[in-house]
Amino acid sequence: MLVAASPANKPSGLSRRNLLAGAFVGGFMFAFQLPVRAANEPTQPPDTTEGKFAPNAFIRIDTTGKTTLVMPQVEMGQGIYTAIAMILAEELDADYAQITLQHAPPSDKLYGNPIFIIQATGGSTSVRAFWKPLRNAGATARAMLVQAAAEQWQVEPANCTASNGQVMHAASGRKLSYGELCDAAGKLTPPKDVALKDPKDFSVIGKPLKRFDTPDKVNGKTIYGIDAMVPGMTFATLAQCPVFGGKLAKVDDRAAKKIPGVRQIVVLDDLVAVVGDHMWAARSGLEALDITWDEGPNAKISSKDIWAHLRAASETDGVIAKSVGDIAKGLATGERIDASYEMPFLAHATMEPLNCTVHFKGDSCEVWTGTQIMSRVQSEAAKAAGLPIDKVTVNQHMIGGGFGRRLEPDMVVAAVRIAKQVNGPVKVVWTREEDIQHDIYRPVYRDNISATLSNGKVVGFKYKIAGSAVIARWLPPAFQKGIDIDAIDSAADQPYDFPHFQCEYVRVEPPAVPTGFWRGVGPNNNVFAIESFMDELARKAGKDPVVFRRELLGKAPRMLAALNLAAEKANWGQPLPARVGRGVSIQPTFDTSIATVVEAEIDSQGEIRLRQVNVAVDTGIAVNPDTIMAQIEGGIVFGLTAALYGDITIEKGRVQQSNFHDYRMLRIDQMPKINVHLIKSGEAPGGIGECGVIGGPPALRNAIYAATGVALRRMPIDRDAIAERKKS
Amino acid sequence: MATNLTINGEQKSFDAPDDMPLLWVLRDILGMTGTKFGCGVALCGACTVHVDGKAVRSCLLPVSAVSGRAITTIEGVGTTPVGAKVQKAWLDLEVIQCGYCQSGQIMSAAALLASTPTPDDSDIDAAMAGNICRCGTYVRVREAIKHAASERQT
Repeated sequence: MLVAASPANKPSGLSRRNLLAGAFVGGFMFAFQLPVRAANEPTQPPDTTEGKFAPNAFIRIDTTGKTTLVMPQVEMGQGIYTAIAMILAEELDADYAQITLQHAPPSDKLYGNPIFIIQATGGSTSVRAFWKPLRNAGATARAMLVQAAAEQWQVEPANCTASNGQVMHAASGRKLSYGELCDAAGKLTPPKDVALKDPKDFSVIGKPLKRFDTPDKVNGKTIYGIDAMVPGMTFATLAQCPVFGGKLAKVDDRAAKKIPGVRQIVVLDDLVAVVGDHMWAARSGLEALDITWDEGPNAKISSKDIWAHLRAASETDGVIAKSVGDIAKGLATGERIDASYEMPFLAHATMEPLNCTVHFKGDSCEVWTGTQIMSRVQSEAAKAAGLPIDKVTVNQHMIGGGFGRRLEPDMVVAAVRIAKQVNGPVKVVWTREEDIQHDIYRPVYRDNISATLSNGKVVGFKYKIAGSAVIARWLPPAFQKGIDIDAIDSAADQPYDFPHFQCEYVRVEPPAVPTGFWRGVGPNNNVFAIESFMDELARKAGKDPVVFRRELLGKAPRMLAALNLAAEKANWGQPLPARVGRGVSIQPTFDTSIATVVEAEIDSQGEIRLRQVNVAVDTGIAVNPDTIMAQIEGGIVFGLTAALYGDITIEKGRVQQSNFHDYRMLRIDQMPKINVHLIKSGEAPGGIGECGVIGGPPALRNAIYAATGVALRRMPIDRDAIAERKKS
Repeated sequence: MATNLTINGEQKSFDAPDDMPLLWVLRDILGMTGTKFGCGVALCGACTVHVDGKAVRSCLLPVSAVSGRAITTIEGVGTTPVGAKVQKAWLDLEVIQCGYCQSGQIMSAAALLASTPTPDDSDIDAAMAGNICRCGTYVRVREAIKHAASERQT
């Protein structure tokens, strides 16, 4: 059902800086109140292909009625292709059976994410950002088809209806299909300000419809980037300097060249690649190389140094991101409690290892990959190739796991640099070891919290985040006044009604280690620290953790309802055996209110058995409820995996982990029951992709606290700290 | 020297080093890209295929070790009754997210159901624990295996 993208559109001359002027507070959604761009209006440059009705960048209908929907966001498992198609089809009243999906070509102008400006899929923004633009696009196209029919029948458009890819005139019983109308509709000027449906009339949105992408995923037909096959291609794999920032000193390739199937050794200043007839030759060749690295200035850096640097920085004053009441007064009233929480580096470990296929032809360059940043990949490939941007074609693919890793273009840049040395197309595939040791890591964070309690109630609450500013590197115009809007997300804007509250941010970049977005992003850190601390405060106040939270949620009714539902479904308060605990966490993330309860057993050795997870979710209008449930189920696994195992450590300037034996994943035999409870809502849709990841770790941590009394303040979970203490 | 293999019932002849793992033969020589590379050391299960009906990791399996044996990949498993039921159950329950690991999940599940038509949870754990899913579809993988098992009996 998916066809290849059309050739690359012309790049846009849009200036991000001009558009991004303004204040950046309150997270992504409020941060980017943009002038709505051409892509979001029904006045797109039309596709003039004969016999096609193409009123905007997203919709193409041909004379047979075939309806091609162009996907501005990329599918990496989150189900966005289906959600986008459902939103367009709803307002278009399309014939759902006639829909075919197409990857969008690179173009910020046509397909830029209205929240990021650039063509990026991330931050749980897709449905939130495109909800109105897509509905407008569908409704406008529908209005034009109705107009075309009304003109042909010489009746009022208001007396016509549309459904299932047909326009009907009830009074005369006439009907015409969208295919029959597409020539006439294509000659009309798109109307402005077309009315959208009342949500109560939705017939597609809100249904758990089957996904478009899955039928080809059960039989091996789906082509991911790593599956791209180009006639005449060779296969390569690479070794980059294991020390961050190091260079190649010398390489002895005599043994490698003797391996059957090895064709070429590509030597660049910071990497070596072996090109062969297949990956096996390339890998065998790589192992046979004798490489000497110039490890450079980072060769002595270890995790110990990084943590010392971060801890020292975390003690300095931060930039104030949010202030409510008088924090000095608040912290001077009542009993004061202080705590610090720490989060490790994490790798993404997408199941599809990094890869990119490139054919560098001298005066042009073609790229095959799966990316979350289509337009940026095109521009970065052009830079690496030394070509104008319009000489670079990018072929988008299904993504075998993004999680933020494919919000970076580094793998494309490396592949282009290698391909420039190779005659013909070459597929560059990272080994799992290279993938884990040359990631762009979830940053380390340290959060210092101080709060005061008086008569069991919070008076002052000060939260200070110290960590990398990924936004400053990834979207520089959005980094303003020293505040990373991702790092403070779900911290600065509190669901809790604290009388005196302050949120501060200290930007501190870890030496040597590159940092990037990792599914769940800033809120992973903030919700973990705040929700862990809330349990410690509740215990100090002598209150049940759910009751303690409930008392502070008077101004957040949706969050309160989620908390109550999750607690009820988890049998909160019912007795449990020894060393079994329940823990709760809440999160106001990506315009979605979520409460999570984890129930876990901790054995005498400190090993953890996950028993049950209950998640209550209010995400507003649920475009596809089944996809939302699946995202939460899977997100829980992703988050709990990190809590149980996720720890990238650095020694001598290099990552110590290398594959799934020492960078472990949760497996099916360790799974708890997961029950997701969706709350019906008519509010605008919230984000979902990140959300499931965030609540599991603090809820598990609080379950351990309830079961053992040990207040963990670092991730991942330290088994020794929670093993049963021997009685003297 | 040509190597001969029977894959999904078809004879394939090609040149490959004896020690070349079946995974790379399938993907890079035969262009059968449904079988996935995940870790290269049999830790993740993405490369799972059937050899004489048993689930094996093709990333460490030298091609010389499988000559004369019947190999089934994700591209062919749907022609077996068990494979077709597993694929249908996967779609009925909408198991899949990114899908990259799912060729391996489906191959492991089909081998399990072929040998154990009504698996219990511990059978499923034992057969499926070698298959990592980073999207975390395990809840639905388990349900879908049970769903496929129940369809077999009706």
